[in-house]
Amino acid sequence: MDFVSLLKASIQAGTPLLFATLGEIITEKVGNLNLGVEGLMLMGAVVGFQVGILTSNPFLALLGAMLAGAFGGLIYAFLTVSLRANQVVSGLSLTIFGTGFSGFMGKRLIGEVVPLELQEFFKPMYIPVLGDIPFMGKILFNQNIFVYLGYVMAVVLGLYLYKTRVGLNVRMIGEDPSAADASGINVNLYKYINIMMGGALCGLGGAYLSLVYVPSWQENVTAGRGWIAVALVIFVTWNPYKALLGAYFFGGLDIIGFRLQKFDIKVSQYIIDMLPYIATILVLIMVSIKGNKEYMAPKGLGNSYFREDR
Amino acid sequence: MYRIAKKTEMDNKKVIIIRVAAVFAALFTSGLFILFLNHNPIEVYTSMLKGSFGSLYRFRETIVKTIPLVITSLGILIAFKMKFWNIGGEGQICMGAFMASFIALKFPEVPKPILLFLMMIFGMIGGGIWAFIPAFFKSKFSTNETLFTLMMNYIAIKWITYLQYGPWKDENALGFPKIPNFTDNAVLPKVFGIHMGWIIALALVIIIYVFINHTKKGYEISVIGESENTARYAGIDVKKTVLIAIFLSGGLCGLAGMIQASAVNNTLSVELSAGVGFTAIITAWLSGLKPHFIIMVSFLFAVLTQGGSFIQTAFEIPQSAAEILQGMVLIFVLGSEFFVNYKIIRR
Repeated sequence: MDFVSLLKASIQAGTPLLFATLGEIITEKVGNLNLGVEGLMLMGAVVGFQVGILTSNPFLALLGAMLAGAFGGLIYAFLTVSLRANQVVSGLSLTIFGTGFSGFMGKRLIGEVVPLELQEFFKPMYIPVLGDIPFMGKILFNQNIFVYLGYVMAVVLGLYLYKTRVGLNVRMIGEDPSAADASGINVNLYKYINIMMGGALCGLGGAYLSLVYVPSWQENVTAGRGWIAVALVIFVTWNPYKALLGAYFFGGLDIIGFRLQKFDIKVSQYIIDMLPYIATILVLIMVSIKGNKEYMAPKGLGNSYFREDR
Repeated sequence: MYRIAKKTEMDNKKVIIIRVAAVFAALFTSGLFILFLNHNPIEVYTSMLKGSFGSLYRFRETIVKTIPLVITSLGILIAFKMKFWNIGGEGQICMGAFMASFIALKFPEVPKPILLFLMMIFGMIGGGIWAFIPAFFKSKFSTNETLFTLMMNYIAIKWITYLQYGPWKDENALGFPKIPNFTDNAVLPKVFGIHMGWIIALALVIIIYVFINHTKKGYEISVIGESENTARYAGIDVKKTVLIAIFLSGGLCGLAGMIQASAVNNTLSVELSAGVGFTAIITAWLSGLKPHFIIMVSFLFAVLTQGGSFIQTAFEIPQSAAEILQGMVLIFVLGSEFFVNYKIIRR
């Protein structure tokens, strides 16, 4: 087992996590803890797969997955923003609904094969020049287009949150919605848009699993990755750039236990599986001890905002 | 223009009407979905009811599914009363079941009453500790408990998986990854054909009701939930009360785990909690954090689950249809809470 292919595989395993994590980051940055990631991913996975089979068009498949995720986000946003329902409970309901929805729709997709056009589209693609860089080129730039899209999304999201006016507003809403409201920002509109964008990203993460990673329909194709994404958001301290590294690291842990078995190393896969969560808890504790605002959860996270409460 | 304002206390009758209307709206919307799939929604719903009430056996199954939900919801309720968002029920159930199983497997020959009692105590300790850890860090460094308790779930589940596939694996199971069954001494006896967990659950509902509404500690818990500052001015030791209450919260979840391991599975396994820890969050919330409503809401959810597994065989409708229905009911009832708490005023 050589190192290059291990790292390459880690990136592939980390890519669905990356999309979901980025989606949850913008959702949480605008002040909403959406525990429905698993459900959103499953909705994206099933719709993306269905559209892909019907149309054999990769763009439509991805669009379908994004719309499915955004629709899930819309339900969640309507409940938590407009109707001010409890965020934790709403998110869990969304997961239950999404799991049911994907199981139901997916029943007739079992045994279907991803069309050739799509397989072709998602084949590993060598990027000229960058792909020639020794070592790193092979790992980073001989991947499929989805992986590249992940790089781009992380950077775009980082720029969005930290370098634009709109992103500043988003962060302000997450920290202190009433202050944001007072300064004339339309809090509810921002929440709706960002939550739905987050949902769309989670949907994409799901579609990567069913269309590229697996690639076929399996019941519960996400296998808990949505929950890992929630953990990852904490692990990378709500930072889209760090999400890149974090997702690939978690992706690596996902496959390493499997690989270690070949070497007859006596560490149980299940103990290794525990590590990401223990690490996440340690990050959670360290961040709150240090009290560094930049690394902490947005202050307004989890509370619904009601103007008259001010 | 419209404006939204908070409502003052609403009378119970109206609240119930709103809730029931929400459930019907959910049934109607899901009905459209079922119709779309060329099934008759009325038939599907009646057969779900048949699946949960149709025979004595099925009815007992429904009750068996209600029991862990009630107990776990009570645990979650105590935490939520203090606005401590304990979503670690799943992990607390697992660790309770783990500790109880440890006793059951290590001391199989201890007389039944003593063994069961020990299993309960250790189950509660297991769940209690699992909740106490995040509570401790919250009180010390104000670490976010929602995320912390969520992470604790996974660690517990992986731990049980590790035991099941590793050190506790049954040698006699021909390579099948399962933990040995308990001896008869470690299995809760039946009363009226249902394991006696139902008596424990009913007793706990009364105990927690009295605890919350008629004891000093219970009152302190409510005050902390209303406002920590008020509690502090009133001279309540907030940290200590939170820590004790959260230990109790996790302890109840752990007890639910013990009951599942002892009476339902007769052993420890990863599937033991089957999402009860998460569903209980929802049932506790929908009951408005009132112990007596928890019985009703938990029963409704048990009916949905039990009926759901029935339609699968009766109609060849995948069980996920029941999940869609559950999700729909949740979404509609959650949405309807808005009309309980707020009113829309025309300017």
